[in-house]
Amino acid sequence: MRYVVAAGWGALFGLGLAISGMAQPSRVLGFLDFAGAWDPSLMFVMAGALLVFGSLRPWVVRRRGALFSSLTTPPSSSIDKRLIVGATLFGVGWGIAGYCPGPAVVALSLIHI
Amino acid sequence: MTSFVYSEALLGGVLIGVATTGLVYSHGRFAGISGILAGALSPSGRYGQWGWRAAFLLGLVLSGVVVRLVRPEWLAEGPVTHPLTLVVAGVLAGLGARIGGGCTSGHGICGIGRLSLRSVVATALFIAVGALAVAAGRFASGG
Repeated sequence: MRYVVAAGWGALFGLGLAISGMAQPSRVLGFLDFAGAWDPSLMFVMAGALLVFGSLRPWVVRRRGALFSSLTTPPSSSIDKRLIVGATLFGVGWGIAGYCPGPAVVALSLIHI
Repeated sequence: MTSFVYSEALLGGVLIGVATTGLVYSHGRFAGISGILAGALSPSGRYGQWGWRAAFLLGLVLSGVVVRLVRPEWLAEGPVTHPLTLVVAGVLAGLGARIGGGCTSGHGICGIGRLSLRSVVATALFIAVGALAVAAGRFASGG
């Protein structure tokens, strides 16, 4: 059951990516194209996601793992060299092709079998 | 370039937010796709718990399959860049996400949603660098 629910969240996440246009690299690159024909879509996607998660977060974190609890290690909170290097590398890769992990996984569905 | 539609972007974002919130509620996990991918690819690694990750990713792919059938215009028709460029971009983004501890969903949504200054910095940085990369690409291609 825990796997069905997890898959359900994954499917909802993917649907959100698709509806928002973030599964299209051209839209993502359009957002990063500040100097050119700017497409603010991504900003609205993040706003929508943050609106929901941000407002529900205090409530949900208190009840985290209510159905299928699992041990987790708290993420690092330091702003260090690794963060800077990592975010920079990520930015370059993302800005080249307009793909980040989520849309890339969704794009696997485009592979012709 | 298709016209910009506020409502679809916002709606999609809301769905992503619901999925993110839901995963925290049911599994106590954060929907940072780079982390989920990394954990799924190393079953015995320090991330552990391969099952729910694989299931989440499967759901992600399946949603793409369904969307492709009913609303193919929501998806890209295929990579818009040269395959080699795509590989390089993927390696850089993947490496960066692993080193930096997150990607657009991990830092941009989960991290900022949790008011993590670290994630705010990471997100601002990769958006800025991404913008520079796009600008450089335009410059290089004479656009």
